[in-house]
Amino acid sequence: MSRLAARFEELAKTGRKALIPFITAGDPKPEFTVPMMHAMVEAGVDVIELGVPFSDPMADGPVIQRASERALAHKMSLRRTLEIATEFRKTDQKTPVVLMGYLNPIEAMGYENFANAAQLADIDGVLTVDLPPEEGVECGALLKARGVDPIFLLAPNSTDERVKKMDASGSGYIYYVSLKGVTGAGHLNVADVENKVKQIKANTQLPIAIGFGVKDADTAKTVANIGDGVVIGSALISKIEANLDDPDQAKNEIIELLTSIRHALDN
Amino acid sequence: MTEKYNMPDERGHFGPYGGIFVAETLIPPIQELNAAYQQYLNDPEFIAELDADLKYYVGRPSPLYHAERWSRELGGAQIYLKREDLNHTGSHKINNTVGQALLAKRMGKTRIIAETGAGQHGVATATVAARLGLECVVYMGAVDVARQSLNVYRMKLLGATVIAVESGSKTLKDALNEALRDWVTNVDNTFYIIGTVAGPHPYPAMVRDFQAIIGREAKEQCLEATGRLPDALVACVGGGSNAIGLFHPFINDASVKMYGVEAAGDGVATGRHSAPLCAGRPGVLHGNRTYLMADDDGEIIETHSISAGLDYPGVGPEHAWLKDTGRATYVNITDTEALEGFYALTHMEGIIPALESSHAMAYTMKLAPTMNKDETIIINLSGRGDKDMQTMAKREGIEL
Repeated sequence: MSRLAARFEELAKTGRKALIPFITAGDPKPEFTVPMMHAMVEAGVDVIELGVPFSDPMADGPVIQRASERALAHKMSLRRTLEIATEFRKTDQKTPVVLMGYLNPIEAMGYENFANAAQLADIDGVLTVDLPPEEGVECGALLKARGVDPIFLLAPNSTDERVKKMDASGSGYIYYVSLKGVTGAGHLNVADVENKVKQIKANTQLPIAIGFGVKDADTAKTVANIGDGVVIGSALISKIEANLDDPDQAKNEIIELLTSIRHALDN
Repeated sequence: MTEKYNMPDERGHFGPYGGIFVAETLIPPIQELNAAYQQYLNDPEFIAELDADLKYYVGRPSPLYHAERWSRELGGAQIYLKREDLNHTGSHKINNTVGQALLAKRMGKTRIIAETGAGQHGVATATVAARLGLECVVYMGAVDVARQSLNVYRMKLLGATVIAVESGSKTLKDALNEALRDWVTNVDNTFYIIGTVAGPHPYPAMVRDFQAIIGREAKEQCLEATGRLPDALVACVGGGSNAIGLFHPFINDASVKMYGVEAAGDGVATGRHSAPLCAGRPGVLHGNRTYLMADDDGEIIETHSISAGLDYPGVGPEHAWLKDTGRATYVNITDTEALEGFYALTHMEGIIPALESSHAMAYTMKLAPTMNKDETIIINLSGRGDKDMQTMAKREGIEL
């Protein structure tokens, strides 16, 4: 069983919801990321989504765009993101790590080289924003053969047919994009999310993590209860952005927010 | 090359290029667009309306002009200019926006968005939106807003909202990113009019089909003027819409050579250029697989060209395929050479070309002398130079 499947099974058994933070690797500087990941685990997160910086993050809002720019200014790359994951894994063999990014860095590395590197770095899942399952057959098969889960997105306008397609192509979990828009956008509509997730659940057994537009503990709790977990990204990265001259302060504020969300989810 | 060129396949592939590489929220609107496009592509009523718009609103057919003096001067092939610069709004871009706007209307969309580089596509989009009474938002890199301010004013005059994009390199690619972000946010009421033969399927095929009127007319006009097919076609390539529009109807005519001219900026060897077909590598950006300007890590690198319309790190996937199969040849022209082309056409024929089209002029100055006097070259004069007056005056040290 994959580390992700095991983690979601364990959560389901204890009736808990997954807390999944997203941070961009190398933001605001490369040496920030590994300690941040360990600190988030201590704060009770269940899975870490590690953003791979890309020059043209088309599905991201301004906050994550700027995180990518800061990381790229430090020459961060897919290769170096894998090094960060390797470093993290040395002292944490339990927490699943999912790479989230865009296809071109993977194309540049080559699908097979990437799949091998991901296996070597003990990565658990790969979510490629601009790689729908139709185009992702080859890459997905290479990842699955190495025990890495290809994770796909579903959106508010996804049809049942798309849900079935993701169910067949993906593993680990499904990332439900709670609103039409980019990361960190506006406000999600709880009733809409509820209806849609019900429809998705009717067509897949995979756990559903819900993200986009989750800003605080209250929203996180509401949303997590609809699915199996909640992803929070822009709200964390905003803390980094607000404290660029004081990364320790950024780390403290991120931990504080994650702790409050963990508490809300468990009570 | 095969006699039955029939690209792309039903999922938008030109060999390994093209396809649909987008975030999941864009899959439904792309499917909806593709369905509408397939439906109206062969709908006589739609085609009749499009033809009437092209004739009475755009001013088609555009002339095929024999540049006799320039041909004599260069001492080789006879040069013919396909006068897309004479279209309403001043470039070939309107052929496509008229077509997509008619689709938008039939699909019941009330809001139009577009990206633009030089501003020609933005103007052409704002124009059709004004005519149909649709809300129009145009994304334009902040660098391009500064160097194409005349076109920014034109768009605003036409009622469009122009948003200067401050992210990344602040040029065409960033405008495209921002337009995609808008589309993902407003999918229900918004139609995204992409200006070039890039983007996810069906855009590369759809924009090509709307632009292919250029090549269809040129073929007929050339036969009428010379009694035979042309020997060579020359067009500038940024995203590649004017080039594919000219080339496509000739793909099965094996005797017709095709030259796509990319922008070499300061020179391909300097790295400061916009020539992905000549000096890039295959990758995925903006919804399709194609040749890109990217580094070893797959990050997109900044491009450079004197012409905002060619300042783009990718290129339409069909060009990538035509390159790999050898059906078309892709060459490049530096900023300095493009300026020579600009002045040559201006002085020899009294026609001021856009800086983009000037790249095709400059390559023709190299090609024509190598050919015989009874041979024919058709250049796509894709746009007029009015929009570049400020840039040119500034280069000459003149304050307008």
